[in-house]
Amino acid sequence: MEYLIGIQGPDFVLVAADNVAASSIIQMKHDYDKMFKLSEKILLLCVGEAGDTVQFAEYIQKNVQLYKMRNGYELSPAAAANFTRKNLADYLRSRTPYHVNLLLAGYDDTDGPGLYYMDYLSSLAKAPFAAHGYGLNKRFILNLPSFTVRLIDKEGIHDLEKLTLGTK
Amino acid sequence: MALEDVCSFKERSVQHKWFSFSSLGDAAIPFPMSDHYNLRYSRLETSENNCGVPLHFFIPPLPHSSSFIKRPLSSFCPPKNSMTVQRPFRLAHGTTTLGFIFQGGVIAAADTRASAGGLVACPAVHKITPIHSHLVVTSSGSGADCMLWERILIREIRLYQLRHGHRLSIRATAKLLSSMLHPFKGTEMCVALTLCGWDNGPKLIYVCSDGARLQGDVFSVGSGSPYAYGVLDRELRWSLSKGEAISLAREAVFRATHRDAYSGNNVDLFHITAQGWSQRKREDLKEEYYRDKEKKGKKKNDKLK
Repeated sequence: MEYLIGIQGPDFVLVAADNVAASSIIQMKHDYDKMFKLSEKILLLCVGEAGDTVQFAEYIQKNVQLYKMRNGYELSPAAAANFTRKNLADYLRSRTPYHVNLLLAGYDDTDGPGLYYMDYLSSLAKAPFAAHGYGLNKRFILNLPSFTVRLIDKEGIHDLEKLTLGTK
Repeated sequence: MALEDVCSFKERSVQHKWFSFSSLGDAAIPFPMSDHYNLRYSRLETSENNCGVPLHFFIPPLPHSSSFIKRPLSSFCPPKNSMTVQRPFRLAHGTTTLGFIFQGGVIAAADTRASAGGLVACPAVHKITPIHSHLVVTSSGSGADCMLWERILIREIRLYQLRHGHRLSIRATAKLLSSMLHPFKGTEMCVALTLCGWDNGPKLIYVCSDGARLQGDVFSVGSGSPYAYGVLDRELRWSLSKGEAISLAREAVFRATHRDAYSGNNVDLFHITAQGWSQRKREDLKEEYYRDKEKKGKKKNDKLK
């Protein structure tokens, strides 16, 4: 069970993701980072099926970086979100769909902060707050022990203190 | 590439130029491995670009139900092979393998039982295979698949070393393996390998045919892994001595084989340091069991006295 959450503020976006990499019922890693840095001010949070997450997220990451290399300027968060959605949609009805749920958070110098919710059926919604999964701590049968938290504002991406809420 | 893909712009003649720009270098030779670095074209489009794996490996799997849009697998098979291949026995993935990092390097340990359903197909299998002097891989999942992919990995690593003059790093090896396994995702191939090696420090990376690729400090894979984790999580510390680490690994495999029906027989142990890997003599766990029983019996008698 994986968890992502994003909250858009007036001039920042706050995102958090859990740190568990699981294989059926076993937690293989407790400190796994689910956030992929697309550019200086865009983060992609990705959960879903085991190999699909990393493959798809790295594909998007490399393409966004390629765009910057080719054109000299970066993709805006809105453009990156739409590009990601287009790729998900194209693969959806192919032989190999990607089962991934995403949150894309970014800060655009002209438009300000933006948070985009995408799911595995390639729906896209710009939302002031969004989440994937169940982040419950006390009531859920599977409690997630710790979360990585990051903040994006006009200065870039900042790491905040890791939250360790679960019982050890 | 991004804009081309977005506009579905396909130019066949350009494609071969891209192969020469693949991240593994080699401008002159159309390198078959590069196919996997171009996601859009990596789904087995051309038969020559399948990293040397013969086409008849791409057999369609047995159909099974799923809740989500499962990858439709019929398009994997060449036109002649339209019938599903029935297996004479139930495929099972019984094993206990583990690996962990400590101050003295990396320890890799595994049992030696190969099971096929309820039958012990072979009691003395090698589940830990050296790839090169500083890397071993522990295998779990389907025995045949693991053996094949180990051989392919050894070949690719050796080819890279010969072509470029230096050894590929362990992280790059894991990424290469993961990309080679990606086209088979959704088929019944089951391979879960743990790369244990040394390059500028101890490395432990888990690669699975599902696509997972995780770097960590301790991994245990297989049906006996929960039991092995139980023993490892309690005692494992960075500051273990070599002797303590070896006995911890042996103990973890022993306890897992004791409780898991699909693991057993012997334990293989490898220790990897900056100087390379060294293998410990294979130990029969039956004798370990009797020694343990005797120790417990003695303790009980001492208590009663």
